[in-house]
Amino acid sequence: MKRYDLIVIGAGPSGLSAAIEAAKRGLHVAVFDENGKPGGQLFKQIHKFFGSREHKAKLRGFTIGRQLLAEADAAGVEVVLNAVVIGLYLDKEVVVRLGDEIRHYKADAIIAATGASENMVTFEGWTLPGVIGAGAAQTMMNLHGVRPGRRILMLGSGNVGLVVSFQLLQCGCEVAALVDAAPRIGGYGVHAAKVARTGVPFYLSHTIVKAEGEDHVTGVTIARVDEKFQFIPGTEKHFDVDTICLAVGLSPMSQLLKMAGCRMEDNPKKGGQVPICDSYGETSVPGIFAAGDVSGIEEASSAMIEGRIAGAAAACRLGFITREELEEASSAYRASLSQLRQGMFAPENRGKLLEKTEEGVDISMNLLQKGYLLDEEVEKYPGVTRRKGIHPVIECSQNIPCNPCQDACAKGCIQVGKKITSLPVVDGEHPCIGCGMCVASCSGQAIFLLNEDYDETSATVTLPWEFLPVPEKGARGTALGRNGEPVCEAEVLEVKTAKAFDQTRLLTMRVPKEYAMKARFFRAAESGVGA
Amino acid sequence: MNQVNDRSRDLGPMVPQPDDDRIICRCEEITKGEIRQAVHDGMFTLTEIRRYLRTGMGLCQGQTCAKLVKGIVARELGVSPAELEPATSRAPVRPIEMRVFAKEGKGDGADE
Amino acid sequence: MKARIDQHPILGKPEKGRPVVFTYNGQELTGYEGEPVAAALKAAGVMVHRYTKKQHKPRGIFCAIGRCTDCVMIVDGKPNIRTCITPLREGMEVQTQYGVGGKPFAEQEAAERKGSL
Repeated sequence: MKRYDLIVIGAGPSGLSAAIEAAKRGLHVAVFDENGKPGGQLFKQIHKFFGSREHKAKLRGFTIGRQLLAEADAAGVEVVLNAVVIGLYLDKEVVVRLGDEIRHYKADAIIAATGASENMVTFEGWTLPGVIGAGAAQTMMNLHGVRPGRRILMLGSGNVGLVVSFQLLQCGCEVAALVDAAPRIGGYGVHAAKVARTGVPFYLSHTIVKAEGEDHVTGVTIARVDEKFQFIPGTEKHFDVDTICLAVGLSPMSQLLKMAGCRMEDNPKKGGQVPICDSYGETSVPGIFAAGDVSGIEEASSAMIEGRIAGAAAACRLGFITREELEEASSAYRASLSQLRQGMFAPENRGKLLEKTEEGVDISMNLLQKGYLLDEEVEKYPGVTRRKGIHPVIECSQNIPCNPCQDACAKGCIQVGKKITSLPVVDGEHPCIGCGMCVASCSGQAIFLLNEDYDETSATVTLPWEFLPVPEKGARGTALGRNGEPVCEAEVLEVKTAKAFDQTRLLTMRVPKEYAMKARFFRAAESGVGA
Repeated sequence: MNQVNDRSRDLGPMVPQPDDDRIICRCEEITKGEIRQAVHDGMFTLTEIRRYLRTGMGLCQGQTCAKLVKGIVARELGVSPAELEPATSRAPVRPIEMRVFAKEGKGDGADE
Repeated sequence: MKARIDQHPILGKPEKGRPVVFTYNGQELTGYEGEPVAAALKAAGVMVHRYTKKQHKPRGIFCAIGRCTDCVMIVDGKPNIRTCITPLREGMEVQTQYGVGGKPFAEQEAAERKGSL
């Protein structure tokens, strides 16, 4: 039986991070992953991440995945792919399927970083081909280059449902509607807003009555639900779709830890059955750790930090570093982790209806119900100011842990401050040079550059553009409002690209002056996007 | 004694529901009605339900239906899903052919 | 709109292996070597991978990462192969799965009746 100092199960964001930290401190580390490619879900994440620089904010998920793999390689981590762990035992024996054989391994420490599995809901016809998980949609389009469908209905308004809806639009699918039984959108408002402005309607307090079709999905019926989630007769709506995508939450995949005899608890705040862990991720079995979604559903950014802490703690348990060295390493990681767990979406705020931001500004109920800020409420937020000449307008209305906009502005126009969940403030003192770095750096695509004095009658609006086709300079079309409805005619003046923008293009359109604060998306005269 | 372990409890008659014919365990094609009936037949734990109906015993090993079955059983018993002990975890946690499961590899494996 | 993404605004042109020919229920289809069998089928417009044993209901791709086992088919004569994680190879024979068999249920039943005589 082959021995390692540490065996990590799962080569996703937390597992790789854990392996790196342990290997850097001298441990002989193997990572087993059942998939043919490492990185877990990171390589399906094509959006820019939230957080601050230390959390790798504004980098896209797959870029972070590549960095982690390079770091693991440099640290001497052995990543074994197509290695299916089928059993884990109390004495830290790991049973793995490799090819057509079963192999047994032992380690002095184990870190389970097995991630999560998707939750499902049932409705009439839910087993029909064409009803798929949101993860399946991401896998098909972002890993395999195949569209999951032509016209899709998304169920679930958490961050996964919102982000995957946007990704479906990016690869050229049509999203017929975004539906959620909950009365309010579960994910970040900025993720909802970037979907809503393309014209996707949101149906909150609605859910699926049935999927229609004989051999595969040809349509779907939704209906409004009351407070007890019961259908209200007469509110049915039908959509012709070929695909129904389910994004209704995740559950920790903790079976191996239970098998190993770790003490478990059912914790709804963490998404289900999780091991009881100390602050280093160590379970009730000394030397067996858990990190990432398996110990409680969160984001990839926090999973990576949890992995780093568990990796260092495993090194300490095996005597490779002292307790003091562990404290030093983990206190910095903990500070970074607690930053991500602040704000409106902090674990303790889950399920709560917050009415005001930390700054005391009203939170838009329209944003929570329809996915966009109303024209009349947008100017309440400190990122939205009006002044002469070109300037940023930041439509960021919730306290989320994110501050790349502040770093992006070389002129110091944008302040988030020490607390990274604070709403960005645009200050009138510093001159904006119109470089657009803030627009490209905003992971929520919530920043626009406005010039209300472009000429006598028109203003320009610069917006982030991540779709194909890219409109040509001089193209004419329609400007859409935050709700995706046409507001006025628009002409494309410029589409800028730059390496620093990381694939985001900056589209500048000219609109009549009076629509400068309303026009937030561009639809070419003949184009699919936003149609 | 908690409500899950109290086998003398009278759950009353099983009242049919309109969606009783809905598939819950996709692999073994077990319906909601069958799961509800199993509770009324005296299967109060997820492990019992699994043995009685084969929910979660198919190819996917309960990856998709475990939470759904738990919810249905809890509702039938009138308890919160958190009170129900999940079914036992045991190897293999992933589908595997018997010929592979029975074939112990020789040597060190990963490094070869 | 076709199912293949030729150009993606963020990911560019999808990286693919060489084109290979395989068969689906005897019909020749082309996919890319190394991509999951399920991706090649999806690109060709195939939605139904199998019909279930008890209720004979159609199933297709559901999780696409090898967990749910809904997309299993008969591949090179072996049933219960998860097509979403099985890489496509030249000349693969892929068949719709009926229960655990490769023949439609009516034929399976007829064969069973014959066998019991």
